[in-house]
Amino acid sequence: MLNSKIPPGPIQEKWTQYKAGCKLINPSNRRKYKVIVVGTGLAGSSVSSSLSELGFQVEVFTFHESPRRAHSVAAQGGINAAKDYKNDGDSIWRMFYDTVKGGDFRSREANVYRMAECSLGLIDQAVAQGVPFAREYSGYLSNRSFGGVQVSRTFYARGQTGQQLLQGAYQALIRQSEVGLLTIHTRHEMLNLILEEGKAKGIVSRNLDTGQIKSHMADAVILATGGYGKIYYLSTLAMNCNATAIWRAHKKGAFFAAPSWTQFHPTSLPQMGEYQSKLTLMSESLRNDGRIWVPKKPKKNRSPREIPEEERDYYLERKYPSFGNLAPRDISSRAAKEQIDAGHGIGPLRNAVYLDFEDAIKRDGKDVIVKKYGNLFDMYKKITGMDAYSEPMMISPSAHFSMGGLWVDYELMSNLEGLFVLGEANFADHGANRLGANSLLQACVDGYFIAPHTVMNYLAGEKQIENLTTPNAEKSIKETKLRLTRLLSIQGNTTAEEFHKALGKVLYTKCGLSRKRSELLEAKKELKALQESFYKDLVVSGSSDVINFELEKAGRVEDYLELSQLIVEDSLQREESCGAHFRVEHQTEEGEAKRNDEDFKYVSVWESTLEGEYLLHKEMLEFVSIKISERSYK
Amino acid sequence: MKLTLHIWRQSDVHAKGQFETYVLDDLDSHMSVPEMLDHLNDKLIKERKDPIAFDSDCREGICGQCGFVINGHVLSPEEHATTCQTHLRSFKDGDVLYLEPFRARAFPIKKDLCVDRKALDRIIAKGGYISVNTGQAPEANGILISHDQAERAFDAAACIGCGACVAVCKNASAALFTSAKISHLVLLPQGKPEAKMRTIAMVEQMDKEGFGACTFTEACEAVCPQSISISHIVMMNREYWKSV
Repeated sequence: MLNSKIPPGPIQEKWTQYKAGCKLINPSNRRKYKVIVVGTGLAGSSVSSSLSELGFQVEVFTFHESPRRAHSVAAQGGINAAKDYKNDGDSIWRMFYDTVKGGDFRSREANVYRMAECSLGLIDQAVAQGVPFAREYSGYLSNRSFGGVQVSRTFYARGQTGQQLLQGAYQALIRQSEVGLLTIHTRHEMLNLILEEGKAKGIVSRNLDTGQIKSHMADAVILATGGYGKIYYLSTLAMNCNATAIWRAHKKGAFFAAPSWTQFHPTSLPQMGEYQSKLTLMSESLRNDGRIWVPKKPKKNRSPREIPEEERDYYLERKYPSFGNLAPRDISSRAAKEQIDAGHGIGPLRNAVYLDFEDAIKRDGKDVIVKKYGNLFDMYKKITGMDAYSEPMMISPSAHFSMGGLWVDYELMSNLEGLFVLGEANFADHGANRLGANSLLQACVDGYFIAPHTVMNYLAGEKQIENLTTPNAEKSIKETKLRLTRLLSIQGNTTAEEFHKALGKVLYTKCGLSRKRSELLEAKKELKALQESFYKDLVVSGSSDVINFELEKAGRVEDYLELSQLIVEDSLQREESCGAHFRVEHQTEEGEAKRNDEDFKYVSVWESTLEGEYLLHKEMLEFVSIKISERSYK
Repeated sequence: MKLTLHIWRQSDVHAKGQFETYVLDDLDSHMSVPEMLDHLNDKLIKERKDPIAFDSDCREGICGQCGFVINGHVLSPEEHATTCQTHLRSFKDGDVLYLEPFRARAFPIKKDLCVDRKALDRIIAKGGYISVNTGQAPEANGILISHDQAERAFDAAACIGCGACVAVCKNASAALFTSAKISHLVLLPQGKPEAKMRTIAMVEQMDKEGFGACTFTEACEAVCPQSISISHIVMMNREYWKSV
């Protein structure tokens, strides 16, 4: 039933062959087709501008007041590309292999190879747009290394690479709003998907400034709405990141793949108190020069500089000597949790580990460290009030990236025809664990280089939609209004934020860095109960026809409550450990993740029925080009 | 800790606003200012009162979404910090804070502490880009840019579009914002071919939006969370005179 549409032929030829065979539309006919894009992060902005440059009509929707606010802006460390500028043995093949291995052999080979292949052109594109990547004194582009690899293939713009790439994409987008057939609807949130004969043909949006609910029809719909790590409440994501667009599409029939695969980033700032609303990320690039350690014997109130060398445990260097502090994220995060759980945690809540630059400063001088990471150290100081040049940073793992998302085929189209899903919102390239600096890459490659071809291929076989509205659109509007009225009418005593915090706590403790069957079963019950109390005790102030941040939040939390139950279900179903999904029942004697290729060499793809049941579909993963092996970083 | 808050309340763009007073005595000095408002809003909602509308998203100082005026300080009493990077440890127990929205003709107040900054997007739309379509790019290392030049371009490109430069300026000028984009692009060889057109169009749009003129008080540089230098305004003016 699931057809991933992987083109035949050797892996190096697949994308070339696909492009050679895909259908085109005459330039003068393109303006007759309209595409809706939801989201203006890297994936959304890049696909919108690229389609508009081709001549299509594009309607872009974002809940932000400006496209430039999308959360891609916050990515710090860099973007990978197999340029091999360092002559250190890199190649498309090596990057492909690193990514499949990094994802613990749970991604689709053909997609990953294509991402590595397209990475070369992406750097060219970004430079041409004016992205000021770091340069050597010679004027050539500079690279650094990231977790899970032994080459330096990461391009970066200080610690603000996401911001700079997004500026490039935002500028391309906004240019098209001037010169192309592209319209940007800011402060519009997608609340429903409209289907005509099973195909995606439009969306229902709410204007967040006026409250107006409206349908918009088009020949194809692209969702580029990012990840849902914020479901854990405390996460590195922005406050407004949500799953609403993809979840409502799921409820209209789009399958959800691997919902429980959420990456915990090893280097975020620890929680300091109950009031806290987010955990700030410190770039993984810091692990190039910082050394991670905990005191061997925890004694209270010792400043880190008083702890002698022999009483420190550099546990990553000890356990994974060949990758050391640059072990991949899932492994580093779990190792940190292990230390914290064993009582070696530091900081006021004993929930953190040290990331120490003392040796790097001694070796390279403070100037070099300032140049490489100055803005990150400044940020650390602004948030914590502490100076990381003189004392080590305190870091801890935090919910970060969703490897899971709506299932897509090789063309980035979901099982619903005409519904494309790009960037973090889809499941495709990262398997069970994403490598650092691959998320900016995937978002850009999906938007600039892949979807423009696959969307055109789809549109070429479609008759253009004629109606501005349809009975299905009217019905979808009605559904949407009913939901809002229901939320407003409960009038209980608990705010959406409080429900979100409670939800996050259940997921963090029972379906987070490590998962146990008995606890997952408890979580299932607790989430169900929480959802019931949500419909009895939620309070939302105000009305639906004005600016109402509480109503926006309540809708997103409502969707999160539903999604969280699927996350737990997925986690329970997968009786193995792989990447970010660590089931304590399935581990080696040394406590490493134990994959089960015999029974689980597939992606779990979920359908929710109208009766609220989950149906499992499987996309079997075939590894033809690489030999599947045990994933070791020792 | 305890703080007394006088917060600007205004139901919509046409309404007349006024300060309302709230006293909070269960605050933690590690809280950020938006977290303090979350806390206050939870209370207001439960008392069936309208919560305070304020913009906030990434809460790490990079998205440019949050921002209002605290005791006369645009964004923050701390140097070069956004509102979300401001923690209550910046204040003393018992302090009185006045929170009000940015005041500028080009930024109409939407509700309470939220303003409409679309005018900034419209300035970018007039030319704040390099006109390169997807697929046209030459090999990245084919364009050599010296380290220092790339760093200078980055310094300008670091702008987060928060609008603090406008809010702090006595003329509500958007010169720092506009010049940062003009500088970013003109400092790079890829951005030079369109420099003239870009500069004229962006400067004209800036005037059209109702932003005031720059009189070099340097207030913008002092509050900019990315410490963008007013030397970019000098560069914009030079580019403008070269272009017209």
